[in-house]
Amino acid sequence: MTDTALLIRDVDKFYGPVDYGVHAVKKLNMDVRKGEIIALLGSSGCGKTSTLRMIAGFEAVSRGTISLGGREVQTFAPVRRNVAMAFEGYSLYPPLTVRENIAFALKASKLSQGVVDEKVASIAKLLEIEDILGRYPSSISGGQQQRASLGRALIRDANLHLLDEPMGQLEPQLRAVLRGRIKHYIKERGLTAILVTHDQTEANALADRIAVMEGGVLQQFDTPQKIKERPANLFTGTFVGEPPMNVFEASVTGSEAKVSFGLKDGVRLEYPASDFSHAVRDALVKRQKVVLGIRPYAVRRSADGVAGRVAVNQWLGDQTHIAADFAGGTMVLVEHDRTELAVGQPIGIRLDPSSLHVFDGESGKAISHGVELA
Amino acid sequence: MDTMSPIERALRAVALTLVVVFFMFPIFWIFLMSFQTNETILSIPPSIVFSPTLSNYAALITGKLQTAAGTLDIAFMRNLGNSIFLSVTSVAVALVLGVPAAYAFARHKFKGSEDIAFTLLSFRFAPPLLVLLPLTQYFQWLGLSNTYFGLIWVYQLICLPLILWIVRGYFEDISADVEYAYRIAGHSWFATFRKIALPLAGPGIAAAGLLAFIFAWNNFVFALVLASADKQPVTVGALAFITSSGIQYGQIASAIVLSVTPTLALALYAQRYLVEGLSLGAVKG
Repeated sequence: MTDTALLIRDVDKFYGPVDYGVHAVKKLNMDVRKGEIIALLGSSGCGKTSTLRMIAGFEAVSRGTISLGGREVQTFAPVRRNVAMAFEGYSLYPPLTVRENIAFALKASKLSQGVVDEKVASIAKLLEIEDILGRYPSSISGGQQQRASLGRALIRDANLHLLDEPMGQLEPQLRAVLRGRIKHYIKERGLTAILVTHDQTEANALADRIAVMEGGVLQQFDTPQKIKERPANLFTGTFVGEPPMNVFEASVTGSEAKVSFGLKDGVRLEYPASDFSHAVRDALVKRQKVVLGIRPYAVRRSADGVAGRVAVNQWLGDQTHIAADFAGGTMVLVEHDRTELAVGQPIGIRLDPSSLHVFDGESGKAISHGVELA
Repeated sequence: MDTMSPIERALRAVALTLVVVFFMFPIFWIFLMSFQTNETILSIPPSIVFSPTLSNYAALITGKLQTAAGTLDIAFMRNLGNSIFLSVTSVAVALVLGVPAAYAFARHKFKGSEDIAFTLLSFRFAPPLLVLLPLTQYFQWLGLSNTYFGLIWVYQLICLPLILWIVRGYFEDISADVEYAYRIAGHSWFATFRKIALPLAGPGIAAAGLLAFIFAWNNFVFALVLASADKQPVTVGALAFITSSGIQYGQIASAIVLSVTPTLALALYAQRYLVEGLSLGAVKG
């Protein structure tokens, strides 16, 4: 228990009356270990910020418990939870300079002035805001305000650091640099952090584990690699990854010799039964409807593949994105070399069984990833 | 603005001057009247050339009004004192009650909060005369008529809704996250209210307080009915200048000048603070 920083058990959040209001977070369960960086990833309104604010104590928990360091805190005022937070809207104190804003977070810790100055200087260096420490929030840019706000949160020695969209306003180059530095800073001090983001690059770069949320429900909570390679359901599969996973509805038929997927427009994908394990075969043929998913960079072109027709061919400077009309839908391929394919040109498309993700047609739950059962 | 041609600029100046003259002239005229005797005021045609006299002010300050029918005692200075005391105390009470209430209404949505806020505002809907008669009766039963306490209480009908609704708007404009940031740094909600919300809403509170002060100062009917001579403010006291031997225009004018002075001084003082506060609060979360 001692290495658990945060424990969320069966937490529900309703805006408005319990059971009748807007159900923003549904039966959420999460464990965060000490020293971990967690990313809450999802689109707007998925419940990630509500979750963060419940942990901080700004939103009441409608049902369930939240424990910090082994203590149930869901009824505690924010002041008693010892968490630090960087707000999406920065929320700096207008009458104070950037330096005072950052130092202010340490006021309650009763450190000597020398130590405070030293800490402020080091965090300002990390975030590249040394030159604006004497300025007021109203006279600096949004990106600078965001870094000041981030500094105010990171400087504290709290049980848990909550970062709400911490880098949304920064320029791409600076963002890339700061990601690395902030991760190093958090890891070096053994801090525990939860960041809310809708940017999957940020989540992948910073987080040890990612919690994908949608419609108030935690879809998957796993390492970035696992989320990419073994998405738990259709939502996670299509939400994470850029460009998004190609998906096609299909019916399955199987025999001793082969497994066959029937797509729209009479397209059939047939694989020797030996391409899949017994368990996968059994699981597949039990279903009538499935959804096939394949990542754009796993799609191959080959002369003996299934016929498709080029609809778009874009060279992005370092990779080619080809969109092809395929089985009544669109199949996106990513290739590393520039390819000379004219629009309308027929191509053969091959889907390796080892890169196929198969999801249940009704529930969206993953059935298999490649040759293995999900 | 910088792209204006000289002609546009000149026209603008003329238009502004006209507006200022239109609004300021009556006040300027009254200021001149306050240094004249009734005879020069009523002379036709009126002239701005006259030998100024301080007799009007002297009469007000000494409390002896010379009329054709003899000397009258007037309590103008006492009225002025009453006005200051009633207005200052009423606004102070309304601030103490209204600012925390405004904060509660702005930050916490509780059952019936909108209804309560609206009820408080509705005090301003009814014409004062409508509530005056029952109020007079109640005050007599309660022994509150002709007391400062009773008057200040009634003045809350004027001041409290004003302060509540204006200040509430200012609190709502402050990002709640700024307060959350303060609370999460280890401060109680009361400290947050005192150190973050109050200073940030300062200009709004000052503006509301000033407005409430002006309304309280200018109130006439409540004081006329609920107070007798020794508790009456200047608005009611000015009636004393309509005497049996004529209307004392000179004294009325100087009384107006004297009674405008405290409000004007307060407004000028608060203006500096308002501008300063507004530039500080320019950041929105």
